[in-house]
Amino acid sequence: MTQVPIPVVARLTPEELGALQKPRHEAKWWVGSVASVVGMAFIVIYCLLPFYWMLVSSFRLPTMGLSNDYWPSPASIENYTGVFGTQNNFLRAILNSVVVSVTTTLLTLVFGIIGAYALARLRFAAKGVILGIIIGASMFPGVTLLVPLFKLFTGSYSWLPINWLNQYQAAIIPSLSFGLPLAVWLLTAFFRQLPVELEQAAMVDGCTPGEAFRLIILPLAAPGVFTTAILTFIAVWNEFMISLTFLQSKDMKTATVSLSQFTGTLGYNVPYGSIMAAGVITTIPLLILVLFFQRRIVAGLTAGGVK
Amino acid sequence: MAVTTAERPAPITTKRKKNAFSDGQGTLAAMLLSPTLLVLFLVAGIPIVMSVTESFFRVNGGVDPNTGLVNSGTSFVGLANFTDIFAHPATVAGVYGSMDRLINAFLNTTLFTVLCVVLETILGVSMALIMTKAFRGRGLVRASILVPWAIPTIVSAMMWKLIFNTSGVANKVLGFSANPILWLADNKYSQMAIIAADVWKTAPFIGLLTLAGLQTIPSEVYEAAKVDGANAWQTFVRITLPMVKPALVVAVLFRTLDTLRMFDLPYGMIGPNKYSVETLSMFAYQEMMQTRYGTAAAYSIVLFFYIVLVAFLFVRLLGADVVGDEELKAINAQRKRLHALHNKQQKASAKRRTTITSGSAAS
Repeated sequence: MTQVPIPVVARLTPEELGALQKPRHEAKWWVGSVASVVGMAFIVIYCLLPFYWMLVSSFRLPTMGLSNDYWPSPASIENYTGVFGTQNNFLRAILNSVVVSVTTTLLTLVFGIIGAYALARLRFAAKGVILGIIIGASMFPGVTLLVPLFKLFTGSYSWLPINWLNQYQAAIIPSLSFGLPLAVWLLTAFFRQLPVELEQAAMVDGCTPGEAFRLIILPLAAPGVFTTAILTFIAVWNEFMISLTFLQSKDMKTATVSLSQFTGTLGYNVPYGSIMAAGVITTIPLLILVLFFQRRIVAGLTAGGVK
Repeated sequence: MAVTTAERPAPITTKRKKNAFSDGQGTLAAMLLSPTLLVLFLVAGIPIVMSVTESFFRVNGGVDPNTGLVNSGTSFVGLANFTDIFAHPATVAGVYGSMDRLINAFLNTTLFTVLCVVLETILGVSMALIMTKAFRGRGLVRASILVPWAIPTIVSAMMWKLIFNTSGVANKVLGFSANPILWLADNKYSQMAIIAADVWKTAPFIGLLTLAGLQTIPSEVYEAAKVDGANAWQTFVRITLPMVKPALVVAVLFRTLDTLRMFDLPYGMIGPNKYSVETLSMFAYQEMMQTRYGTAAAYSIVLFFYIVLVAFLFVRLLGADVVGDEELKAINAQRKRLHALHNKQQKASAKRRTTITSGSAAS
């Protein structure tokens, strides 16, 4: 009653105390964490090893395109200078890709923002149908649209005598068919995340619905709009079949089509070195975007679930 | 004591101003959505209709026996573009023996889709499970997982073409340097090469979407399972899989539809007109390039209906919630509830009418 019992800890020797304070893990914990590290290493190697091979192959001498050394010896940037030479004209191809992707992205944003806002906020009868149409449009096989458009753009119909082959609009217009649904879909998801009370508060303060959208929602949705722009840009930049069909002449090819058609100096051997260099050049802008805006891109991919 | 505010007169509403956010939303929605829908109608709606009509026609060819002139123009052939696979099969020798080129392309498309999607799902889910357990380095892994996704498909096709070259690194690593496998030329192996390249590019994507689904599962559920004595496998099958299913099914659906229209990868890696890897998209494309628009449209329509069928099955059988709109879900649920209530009342009133006293009560 009178004496407080001495705490048990006081009877331990310092060595015992030290042993107790050390975090003790069971064997199971160790197995788990080792497996986790091995698994993570597997994922990183799985994702990066083929890309590493592309990188290594691009830094070899052009004559050693099929070498299997794990390290370029001797290292050379000759492939990169060769890519921009007159034979392949890759700078022009990149420029074409930029024109097509940027124009398509801007167009999809202009149309997509207003449409997505209506889908996210307004209540109307045919909403389910319209959402279905938009998601359905992004699932169309590209080639189904391509056949009539190819006939149309080459002027095969007598009622529309145009020849849009090798003109930018011939690639931009079909690209809208998958870019616009993607943009609307992502933007709808982003607009939905903003609380509707924001507009209501703005309208209580005297904004018209238009002003509430322009002054309150649009600035707040800017990150979402930006993410949508990145994802649409990447989708159009990576597009191959439409550009292959409509932009055939040497000066109008986009980067993806151009690098798939590089020819060697001798004609028959595939110039793997310069193709890999062109591949790296085409991919680098996307990788920079991905690394800088990693979180946003993942948020966009998971919000949209498309592509 | 607070001043009472209860006795406020009811507001007099003689002429109420319309509120765009609660009244007449249909009109506003129509106004805002019409540009988007118009563009989609022009770039997707009209071409689909034109494709369907085109598939009933065929470009005339050959020499007219009467005039001796080369035929030109198109003529209506009905369903001949579709039925010719039975009537006049154009047999080619693919992996599955000699058969009509369209059936061969159809089988290739199906084989690629089934194998790629199954492998991608298994690999992707395993990746997501590894990532969700990790404490450190998640940022690095997530960055590297986005690399295959970001590489353009055609670039990855060229990359794998180099890797699978006869004297390439795949044969070296796998130990076939002595008698190399012809990955890009041998029918069966070229299919395997395509599948490997596709799985590499898209398994991380499924992993990413599954990871997002896994992160929404509250840890309490796992703790409860642990308390109840569930082992790791039971936890995975009974908790993780059902709870991640909505996210996973949508990811798998999108991957399936994407693989069904595969074009870039076989085109870049193996090349056009190679029957062992020719998909429906590639076949229709080749027909289009030969200006045989009728057959090209017909084959693309076959692919179109195949995709619609698969999407329908996914939504019906696996309950893929593609639209994912909370409001619509709520409206549908309410409609269902009201319907059930209505049925119940009908039943009750029908019962009431058949009772003995109902006749006298009604009069």
